[in-house]
Amino acid sequence: MAESLLKVEHLRVEFPTRRGTLVAVDDVSFDIAPGEVLGVVGESGAGKSLTGMSIIGLLEPPGRIAAGSISLEGRRIDDLPYEDMRKIRGRHIGAIFQDPLTSLNPLYTIGRQLIETIQTHSDMSAQAARARAVELLKEVGIPAAEERVDHYPHQFSGGMRQRVVIALALSANPRLIVADEPTTALDVSIQAQIIALIKRLCREHGTAVMLVTHDMGVIADTADRVAVMYAGRIVEIGPVRDVIKAARHPYTVGLMGSIPTVGQRAERLTQIEGSMPRLNAIPPGCAFNPRCPKAMERCRRERPELGAAEATRAACWLYDGGAK
Amino acid sequence: MSAPLVSLKDLARYFDVSPPLLNRIFEGKQRQIVKAVDGVSFDIAKGETFSLVGESGCGKSTVARVVVGLYPPSAGSIVFEGKDLGGVGGERNRAQVQRRMQMIFQDPYASLNPRWRVLDIIAEPIRAADLIEGKAAIRERVGELLRQVGLAPADMEKFPHEFSGGQRQRVSIARALAGQPEFLVCDEPTSALDVSVQAQILNLMKDLQNKFGLTYLFISHNLAVVNHVSSKVGVMYLGRLVEWAATRDLFERPLHPYTRMLLDTIPDLAMTGRTRAPVAGEVPSPLDPPPGCAFNPRCPFADDRCRRERPASVAVGGTTVACHAVEERRLPDWTPAQGG
Repeated sequence: MAESLLKVEHLRVEFPTRRGTLVAVDDVSFDIAPGEVLGVVGESGAGKSLTGMSIIGLLEPPGRIAAGSISLEGRRIDDLPYEDMRKIRGRHIGAIFQDPLTSLNPLYTIGRQLIETIQTHSDMSAQAARARAVELLKEVGIPAAEERVDHYPHQFSGGMRQRVVIALALSANPRLIVADEPTTALDVSIQAQIIALIKRLCREHGTAVMLVTHDMGVIADTADRVAVMYAGRIVEIGPVRDVIKAARHPYTVGLMGSIPTVGQRAERLTQIEGSMPRLNAIPPGCAFNPRCPKAMERCRRERPELGAAEATRAACWLYDGGAK
Repeated sequence: MSAPLVSLKDLARYFDVSPPLLNRIFEGKQRQIVKAVDGVSFDIAKGETFSLVGESGCGKSTVARVVVGLYPPSAGSIVFEGKDLGGVGGERNRAQVQRRMQMIFQDPYASLNPRWRVLDIIAEPIRAADLIEGKAAIRERVGELLRQVGLAPADMEKFPHEFSGGQRQRVSIARALAGQPEFLVCDEPTSALDVSVQAQILNLMKDLQNKFGLTYLFISHNLAVVNHVSSKVGVMYLGRLVEWAATRDLFERPLHPYTRMLLDTIPDLAMTGRTRAPVAGEVPSPLDPPPGCAFNPRCPFADDRCRRERPASVAVGGTTVACHAVEERRLPDWTPAQGG
């Protein structure tokens, strides 16, 4: 197997509070190969965004990485001082966030923001940086890039702004892009354009992508592999096709059944009873056991680990996964 | 077929977004009118679910608000059981039927008063319409409503912040049901919810419909959800209804190029790995819609007539569609994007 680009091992993110420590991400491990798109899917509060934020080193205090490690190209990055991490962010890891309006500075032209980013990560002259900015805007499909480079963010539509954000993320040719809900704020027709754009750029540049989203449809369209998160842990990880067509973990099965599709029409959607536990009340054993239709005695006592290295790995006692 | 429960005819709602008077005088700026809804007509039969879909800014929520009376219509009529709620005398007619239509909003965090207990929130329509006398009787009714939406009667003493998003949406539904309505207008009721919770709410809405014979006007941008819940679907684009048909027909034989584009662009689990052909361009500004058919700048089949003349709605089989290309029979048959 090829050397992995990003390796996350036993990551644990905690929030210390007055009433005890909340564990928001618990023992999460995965890796991303160069040029691969890994989708991370889960419902609100599953810890998917926090995992992404930990990788780009933008975890908001009081949240902190309590255990585990994150390595990029063999180098540990989770314990770097702020200044060193700042250099890696942008240069080696690009970030795309959900809301393109808040990720751009409304007071600067997009050209100035692009040039600033480019010059931070290389010693290009102002003129060369500007030429590169125009080139980037053309690459992400902004018409009349020479003029648009001097416009302010409010002069762009939502879809165009997200293109600008992608241009910013790509400006230093990073090896990895962490995209946190990049299309959630956009309309479907624009969403399709942005997904196609991210896919094309990653193919052309060989950039790996960690795509964090709650929308399984977007993952189905974009990702090579998918990790399903529930209550801070990965419950299933595997190739997209296998996970969608033959999900193993009962939570994934329920999640898939609860999504209405255009392809086939069901009278009733499968529903998972109850809702995700709060962080201060994660049940013992498998976190999903109170909602699981197949829960056994063992599920309430012992916590399942991700199964052995098959194509799809599920953390579930049904498959006796994790039996040492 | 029986008479429709709700019938919209050439419904329009304009918003004046002109610059202030002094700016118009001194800077020579023009009056500006946004035609948020511009001539929309459709019928909803009793007991069915009619969905409106479209992208942001297409006017679907404005239609919902005009129908329940949150905005007066600028032109056209809304007929509810034979009574016109727009135009002259509309207000008086509306007062008679208002209780029988209720609305469920998108954001369950914003649509419930955070300072009120659930009991008061749900009892408000009951008290406003004097449906039940006496505190004890009202409490009992609220408890029954909470049970119907899958919550416990004891929850009536809680405040909205004690509930999760899905539970709050259940409270909103209980409040809407409190007035014993026949017609519910649901504006993106599940868009703010996670998919597993969305499934719970959609199933609940279906159960309630079967139980009480409710009629829904369902507003959503999510075609998969619309396909799941509705019996008829209308597709809106820039304030106009471009196509409406029975759900099955619309999803199996879409006619309007915009509907086809929407169907092609939605990410869908059943079609993993298919190659999607994203349509270029964006929705134009509603301040300055293109002449002729509003979709012409993005339409692969547009010709001179489309750029000049606004298409009228014509019936093709069971579908009503506003498109010159369909009318002239120069539109190729629909072939959905294939999974690969």
